[in-house]
Amino acid sequence: MNKYTERLYNGLIKENPTTVMLLGMCPTLATTTSLINGIGMGLCTLVVLVLSNIVISLLRKIIPDEVRIPAFIVVIASLVTIVQFLMEGYFPDLSQSLGVYIPLIVVNCIILGRAEAYASKHSVGLSAFDGIGMGLGFTIALGILGGVRELFGNGTIAGMQIMPKGYVPISIFVLQPGAFFVLAALIALVTYIMSKREQKKREKAAAEAKTKKPVKAKAKPQVQTASCAPSDCAGCAARGGCGVQIFAETARAGLRDNASKQIVNGGEPA
Amino acid sequence: MKELLLIAVSAAIVNNVVFSQFLGICPFLGVSKKTDQAVGMGGAVIFVLTISALVSEFLYRFILVPLHFEYLETIVFILVIAAMVQFVEMFLKKAIPSLYRALGVYLPLITTNCAVLGVALNNVDKYDYGILAGTVNGFATAVGFALALILMAGIREKIEYNDIPKPFRGIAIVLVTSGLMAIAFIGFSGII
Repeated sequence: MNKYTERLYNGLIKENPTTVMLLGMCPTLATTTSLINGIGMGLCTLVVLVLSNIVISLLRKIIPDEVRIPAFIVVIASLVTIVQFLMEGYFPDLSQSLGVYIPLIVVNCIILGRAEAYASKHSVGLSAFDGIGMGLGFTIALGILGGVRELFGNGTIAGMQIMPKGYVPISIFVLQPGAFFVLAALIALVTYIMSKREQKKREKAAAEAKTKKPVKAKAKPQVQTASCAPSDCAGCAARGGCGVQIFAETARAGLRDNASKQIVNGGEPA
Repeated sequence: MKELLLIAVSAAIVNNVVFSQFLGICPFLGVSKKTDQAVGMGGAVIFVLTISALVSEFLYRFILVPLHFEYLETIVFILVIAAMVQFVEMFLKKAIPSLYRALGVYLPLITTNCAVLGVALNNVDKYDYGILAGTVNGFATAVGFALALILMAGIREKIEYNDIPKPFRGIAIVLVTSGLMAIAFIGFSGII
């Protein structure tokens, strides 16, 4: 994985702004009443995030350290104003339904957070990819939330009827409490999957350690016999302790090191 | 007078800033672990939001509108809020040190509280309140925020001792609790 795709992976999964970092909760809860609204909000944020990361990365050597936060805010606020007018011009319906949350992208912690934590320290290309990764992670999370809420609360997805005719919409999903419940479920699900993966990883590591041990144990006698074959072997003094197995892992490791050194040393003259 | 009262009740309870408008969720989730912290943050938000609503209304009516610079409102408001938070912090430090000690740590966090900018923008764009009504709206919104924050902190202190399923520990259970509280707040919607 090169460092550009690593940035995308980081934003999409590892440090997903919604489910892992818990940033930008206000638009997440407020605008996900339908799939289109959620994705629209996510894409607006994505555009602002990528542009602000690029601009701040370009200016990172010019902006003095003491006034960097106000400078970042001015950059972000200008970009948000541009996006706001573009939205009003080209997508008036979406702009109407997102309302005040478009100008509020200014105070979305994801954007200021990435500017401060990443873009102000890294090159333009990496910062742009960081913005794309984070923005896509945010957009996908908002899309999932919006899709689930629209499906159960309205019976549709992106305006198309999905549920059968007899389905009675559970309208609490599109009301305010539904936002909290669906987000809680999504975060709990992600936490559950992450902990399962972690557990599997740990089990795998433990299993590997187990399978490795016998190999080491096999190798050791060979080393020992090889190194102890000469009668005047200094390392053999510790062999008794090793055989009784009262020494801790560290002591054994030390012995092995000694043994391998002796092999090397012994090998040279031969 | 009656109109102002209606605005205040509507902003504080019926259209609660956290449960109905989803503004200021980050500090709501972040600073609601202990009741005394919640009281401090709530006080700081009431203080800043009232002043910033007043100042932003003034700037909008007397500078931006006459000069036809309405489109700069987002930039102007956020800068005003950021500068004002700094100013309030310095003023409190000099003038009322006891209040500064109580609220000081929470003041810098308020710049990124979207409720502050949200109220300033809604005052001029959505409701088109005058200066007085706008300030009342700002104050009442902040009271609603403090109310939600302190209620949540009280509940979270109790939740600590409960046996919560593992994946729900941390923020997920807080969100579920907020959802239940939001249902309760929907009950107020018939008042006005």
